[in-house]
Amino acid sequence: MILVFCELKDGKLRKSSAEALSAGRRLADASGKQLGALFVGASVAGSGDAAKYGADAILTCEAAPLASYSSDAFAMAIADAVKAKGATVLLGAATAMGKDALPRAAARLGAGYAGDVTDLSMADGKLVAVRPVYAGKAIATTAFASGIQVATTRPNVFEAVEKAGAGAVEALPAPAGDFKAIVKEILAKGTGKPDLTEANVIVSGGRGMKNGENFAILEELADALGGVVGASRAAVDAGWGLSHDMQVGQTGKVVSPTLYIACGISGAIQHIAGMSGSKYIVAINKDPEAPIFKLASYGIVGDLFEVVPELTKAAKALGIGAH
Amino acid sequence: MKILVALKQVPDTETKIKLGADGKSIDPTDVKWITSPYDEYALEEALRLKESKGAEVTVVSLGGDSVKDVLRNALALGADSAVLLKSDATDPLSIATALAAFAKEKGFDLILAGNKGMGGDNSSVGPMLAELLGIAQANVVMKLEIGEGTFRAEREVEGGTEVVEGSLPAVITAQKGLNEPRYASLKGIMGAKKKTIEEVEATAPAGFTTVAGMVMPPARAEGRKLDGDPAQQAAALFAALKDEAKVF
Repeated sequence: MILVFCELKDGKLRKSSAEALSAGRRLADASGKQLGALFVGASVAGSGDAAKYGADAILTCEAAPLASYSSDAFAMAIADAVKAKGATVLLGAATAMGKDALPRAAARLGAGYAGDVTDLSMADGKLVAVRPVYAGKAIATTAFASGIQVATTRPNVFEAVEKAGAGAVEALPAPAGDFKAIVKEILAKGTGKPDLTEANVIVSGGRGMKNGENFAILEELADALGGVVGASRAAVDAGWGLSHDMQVGQTGKVVSPTLYIACGISGAIQHIAGMSGSKYIVAINKDPEAPIFKLASYGIVGDLFEVVPELTKAAKALGIGAH
Repeated sequence: MKILVALKQVPDTETKIKLGADGKSIDPTDVKWITSPYDEYALEEALRLKESKGAEVTVVSLGGDSVKDVLRNALALGADSAVLLKSDATDPLSIATALAAFAKEKGFDLILAGNKGMGGDNSSVGPMLAELLGIAQANVVMKLEIGEGTFRAEREVEGGTEVVEGSLPAVITAQKGLNEPRYASLKGIMGAKKKTIEEVEATAPAGFTTVAGMVMPPARAEGRKLDGDPAQQAAALFAALKDEAKVF
C-alpha cells in the first residue's frame, strides 16, 4: 500500500493533502498498489473527502487525547499504520505538521526520508524523489535504499486531481501512554489569509519599499488579487518591524505561487533561491539593470510607489481574483 | 543543565552553486563555508541559557577536518567543548543515527539545532534525532522557555503560532526570530585557539537515501518589459497575465 498522511482543516481535507493524495494515486497506479489515506485526531469528520482524490482505503486513528497535535504521538500513530498495512511508501504534505511528524515517523520505521519534494516516481518498486536543494539553487534526485520510503510533497506543486476511489473506512487503534510534547494552544494571526507557502499570489517588498509603513500599498494590491504579502531578507532585517515569517528566500520561506510580484527587490541570490519556483514572476524596480529582471516573466521599470497603486486600481476595476 | 548544539557547515547563502564533476554534488571550489544560519540561532539560545540559568554547552558537528572551523567558531562564541564526529554521511537518518549514538547516555537535558541544514533542506535531522533518543521535540521554534524539567516553545505554523509544551530532555530546532546571534569577541577567538576539539569516529549506518543525480534548475523562459506610463504598464500587465499566462 501507498499510505498518505492527511490533514483536515475546519472539517475539510487540506488542499496540500489532496495534492499529496493525487501524487500517491499516480504512484499507486504505476506500481499496481492500493492507496490509503490516514487521518489522525480526536475527530476525523471530513476524512471522506479522501475518496474524491482516489483513496481506496480511509484509515482513521481517532481518539480524544489526539485532539491536540503531539509530534511523538502522531509519529507513533503514523508508523503503526504503516506497519499494520504493510505500506512501503508513506507520503504527506510538507506542511508544518507534515514536516514535524513524518521525519520522526521515518526514524521510527528505519526508513529513508526526502522532504519538500517536487516530483515523485517509482523505479524498480522503490520511490524516486526529485527535490530542490540549496533552496532551489540545484535540483537533486533522491534514490532510496530502505524497504520503506517516506517523502513530503511541497504544497502548490502537485496538482490535486479528482478521481473517485472506494474509500473503504477502517479504524486503527490509537496510541496510548504519556505524550512527551503536546500543543497547548494556537495563537492565530487571525488574518484568515493563507500562509506564504500555500498562497497562489504573493506580493513581495524589498529594500526599495523604504519603510515598513509603505508595505500598506502591497497589502492593498495583495487583497485585490486574493494574495498575501512577503518580504526580502533586506526588508526584514532593516528593522522596519516586519515579521520574520514574511521572509522569502534561502533563510526564509521557499515559495512556489502561481504569481509572484517583486516590488523594489533587486534579486539577491538568496532571495531568488526562495522564489524562482514561482510560475510567473513580475518585477517592479527603478533600476533596469536589477538582476530580478533576468527572472521576470514581466518586468516593469518604474517607481513602485506609482506603479503599485495603478496595479491595485486595475485589479479592482477588472474584478480580478486568482483561481 | 547540559546542552548539546548540533552544527552544520554549509555554503554561504550568497554563494553561487555549481555542479560537481560527479553530477551528484556541488563543486566545492570557490565556495565560502559558514555555519548554517539556523544553527547560529540554536547556539545563541544555548549561550543565553548558559548565562541565565547556568549550563554546560557542548557543540557537535559531523564531517571532515574542514568542519573544525565551525566548531572553533562556536568555542570562540562561548561553547565549553566541541566534538567532531568524523563521517562522510549525508543521508538525514544516517546523520541522526550518528548524533543519537553520540548523545545517548551523556545526560543532555536539551539538544538544540537549526530547523534546517542549508543544502539538503530536508528539515529532518532534528525530529529524527528526537525519535531515536525517545525524547520530546519542537521544531521551527521562535521562542523558548525552559522550566524545571519542562519546556514551552512557540513554533511557526501556517497562519499562526503553536505553543508546544513538553518534558526535558528535548530536541528543539531554531527558526529565525528566536534571538539575535552575537559576534565573537577577540578574547573569545584567542581563547578558542587554545581549546582542543575532540575527534570521534562516528557510527553512521549506510545511507537510507542517496543522491542519484543533481542538475541546475531549468532556465526560466525569457520575459519582457512592459512600456508606457504606470497606468499603461498596469493595463499591459493584467492583459498579459490574463491572455498569455492565463493566471486570472
